[in-house]
Amino acid sequence: MGRTSTFLLSAAATVLAGTMPALAAWQPQKPIEFVATAGPGGGTDNLARAVQNIITKHKLTEQPIVVVNKGGGSGAEGYVYGKASAGDPYKVIFGTSNAWQQPLVSKVAFNYTDLTPIAAMAQDEFLLWVKQDAPYKNAGDYLKAAAAGEFRMGGAQSKDTDEVLTRMIEKAGKVKLTYIPFKSGAETAVQLAGGHLDSHVNNPSESIGQWRGGTQRPLCVFSPKRLPQGPKVTASEGWSDVPTCVEQGLDIKQYEQPRTVWLPGKVTPDQAAFYVDLMKKVQATPEWKDYIEKTSQVDTFLTGAEFDKFIKEDLEHVKQVAGEQGWLVK
Amino acid sequence: MDNLQELLHGFTIAVTVPHLVLMAVGVLLGILVGVLPGLGAPNGVSLLLPLTFGMQPVSAIILLSSMYWGALFGGSVTSILFNIPGEPSSVATTFDGYPMARDGRPTTALATAFGSAAFGALIGVILITFLASWVAQVALAFGPPEYFAVYFLAFASFVGMGGAAPIKTVVALAIGFAIAAIGIDTVSGSVRLTMGVDELVKGVSFVVAVMGLFGIGELLVAVEEEFHARAVSSKIDWREVFRAVGRLPRHSVALLRSAAIGCWMGITPGGPTAASFMSYGIARRFSRRGRYFGTGEVEGIISPETADHAAGTSALLPMLSLGIPGSATAAVMMGGLMIWGLNPGPMLFVDQKDFVWGLIASMYVGNIVAVALVLLTVPVFAALMRIPFVVIAPLIVIICVVGAYSVSNSYLDVVMMLGFGIVGYLFKKLFYPLAPLVLAIVIGDKAEDAFRQSMLLSKGSLGIFFANKLVTCLIVGGIALLLLPLALQLARLLRKPAPSANETTVQEKVII
Repeated sequence: MGRTSTFLLSAAATVLAGTMPALAAWQPQKPIEFVATAGPGGGTDNLARAVQNIITKHKLTEQPIVVVNKGGGSGAEGYVYGKASAGDPYKVIFGTSNAWQQPLVSKVAFNYTDLTPIAAMAQDEFLLWVKQDAPYKNAGDYLKAAAAGEFRMGGAQSKDTDEVLTRMIEKAGKVKLTYIPFKSGAETAVQLAGGHLDSHVNNPSESIGQWRGGTQRPLCVFSPKRLPQGPKVTASEGWSDVPTCVEQGLDIKQYEQPRTVWLPGKVTPDQAAFYVDLMKKVQATPEWKDYIEKTSQVDTFLTGAEFDKFIKEDLEHVKQVAGEQGWLVK
Repeated sequence: MDNLQELLHGFTIAVTVPHLVLMAVGVLLGILVGVLPGLGAPNGVSLLLPLTFGMQPVSAIILLSSMYWGALFGGSVTSILFNIPGEPSSVATTFDGYPMARDGRPTTALATAFGSAAFGALIGVILITFLASWVAQVALAFGPPEYFAVYFLAFASFVGMGGAAPIKTVVALAIGFAIAAIGIDTVSGSVRLTMGVDELVKGVSFVVAVMGLFGIGELLVAVEEEFHARAVSSKIDWREVFRAVGRLPRHSVALLRSAAIGCWMGITPGGPTAASFMSYGIARRFSRRGRYFGTGEVEGIISPETADHAAGTSALLPMLSLGIPGSATAAVMMGGLMIWGLNPGPMLFVDQKDFVWGLIASMYVGNIVAVALVLLTVPVFAALMRIPFVVIAPLIVIICVVGAYSVSNSYLDVVMMLGFGIVGYLFKKLFYPLAPLVLAIVIGDKAEDAFRQSMLLSKGSLGIFFANKLVTCLIVGGIALLLLPLALQLARLLRKPAPSANETTVQEKVII
């Protein structure tokens, strides 16, 4: 009885989802391992645990799920593990765009083509942050000041998303910035609060507490339009009050970081379809909406050809920046 | 005394039956994960995290922080009884805790450790209660040069300490730094020293290194020496538990000094591991019985334990007020805060008073619950020492193998752990010190990152380490600690001049 209803449920969901209805027949027969390519407590880890929690709560699969952290080497540990587990549909890897960016700039033993893409769920936005008492009120002032003096820009990791964006700002704003890499966005935010840096490009969730607490404020968001209306962060302002960088004359239309989900390579199409379907169901729950809102991310769902296109475009873009900076590894 | 009023309000939240039950459950689970090596507090807390999603945030944090206290206590148990530190911060406890336990006094060793740990935690929590806002300001003053200076101070206080031949200390340190460098480099983003092994990109886990160096290394030595191979005939005496705790006030200087070091390192945030090493190093230097350290001295247990817990407790403060976790476990809890819908940061103290003060009150109560429960378990754990070596030895091997494997479900880690076992054995046989090696593995890469970030900031000028009062004091303090033993030695030699001695001193100076 239980089996039939699950089957019916998943069949119904696949019909609703409308993708590859005949292929979702595969069902997991043993516990599933969620591999977070980040240490406990990071954004990627939070995503994996939120998804695990939602699946367990709504009984979206009968099999138990365990989350393991493999965040060593800026996430490379998790991807290498995924590569080594080729053909095993019981390992789901949670990461970011570093799945395709990292192999470009450092000699890690994997490439994103070693993995089976499932979906990009949730996009993290980037903003330009300065210290609360900094004299500049908008990105234009900031660029003017940066052109005059040597500005220190902090970010998480080296040659990763934050530094790529920093180099893009240098180019678009015709300024020179000294980039200082730290271990995480949270650490960077504290360094800005202490006045050891001039700016950083944190995600909303990495600096929301600091903004509310009045130690730093966002100048602009690297997005084509303003962020959606949400609850106010400070007494007078919310995310939707932050202007876009383009509005303020810093011509970077869009820069965002997707949270990505992968299976190891060499899995069958119906195994991949099962997880695509599972993630879609997760996304339809109220808990997911709650998670998105609390972490100030943008809800998206890219899979299949759309996801491929996104990767290709992003890859071209990063390749260009990395090439100009001389970061590319052979 | 606004804070006092808030604290009393916090107690009304923390001291309720459901919360007391949560504390007891949390502490017991914590002791369990602390005793089982390889599981440790960060893993335990992350395993428990999904269960808390449906709870009130304050109940959730009480459960998780109680587990943290329990794990901190439990971590000392294996360090003392089997020379296997479950947490990086309990490595320094093995130096005197293990010899004392082998000496037939496991009850005294455990009770002393727990008693001084509770004292450290208490001082840490009092600090949080009264100085929260001031402390948050201090932490903000720490940029990369100041971080480097703090690590430098930790190294200096431990390395200059003597004991082993200085050149051997330097060799051990250098090996430690090399091991810490394996994996991805934060500053350049490139892969280092993986020697063609793809998996090594993740770096060498501390647990893997320590289980091998201490657990397996000690076992190999024990197998060779017949002396170790017999069971310790320890009398299990309940009264000894209380006698040991009662003797603690005699060491009040060590207790207070260690608590101060712990609080300082927890806030700055050098972390509990650096704190325990530094405290041990300084105690060895300044204690009257300093030269007996390493053979089972009471103060050799008090110093690292007090500092470890003072730092572990005060490390929660930067997490709450700034959003920087002071330890791995604090990082997991911070992830939890976000999921419960709270944003760690300066506004937490204003927006979420019930949560913050409920948590602080629960630290007082939770630590009392924890120390009561662990003291009750002392005789049980001490009885483990009576089990004959032929039974214990295979168990230690199993614990180390399982512990190493469970770090990230990798066989490579098991192989590396066994390799570290041989290194540990060789170090012991050749009289190389293990402590500098472990210290370099644990905080070597952090020190390196901080140094190179400073160099980026200053464009390569060392002047940045003397750019303001804070960093200058730290660096000068570090240099002073480093040179103190040399100065003392020099003074001794000048009093009794010997023809060859002067030469050695000069040579040593060069080495250090």
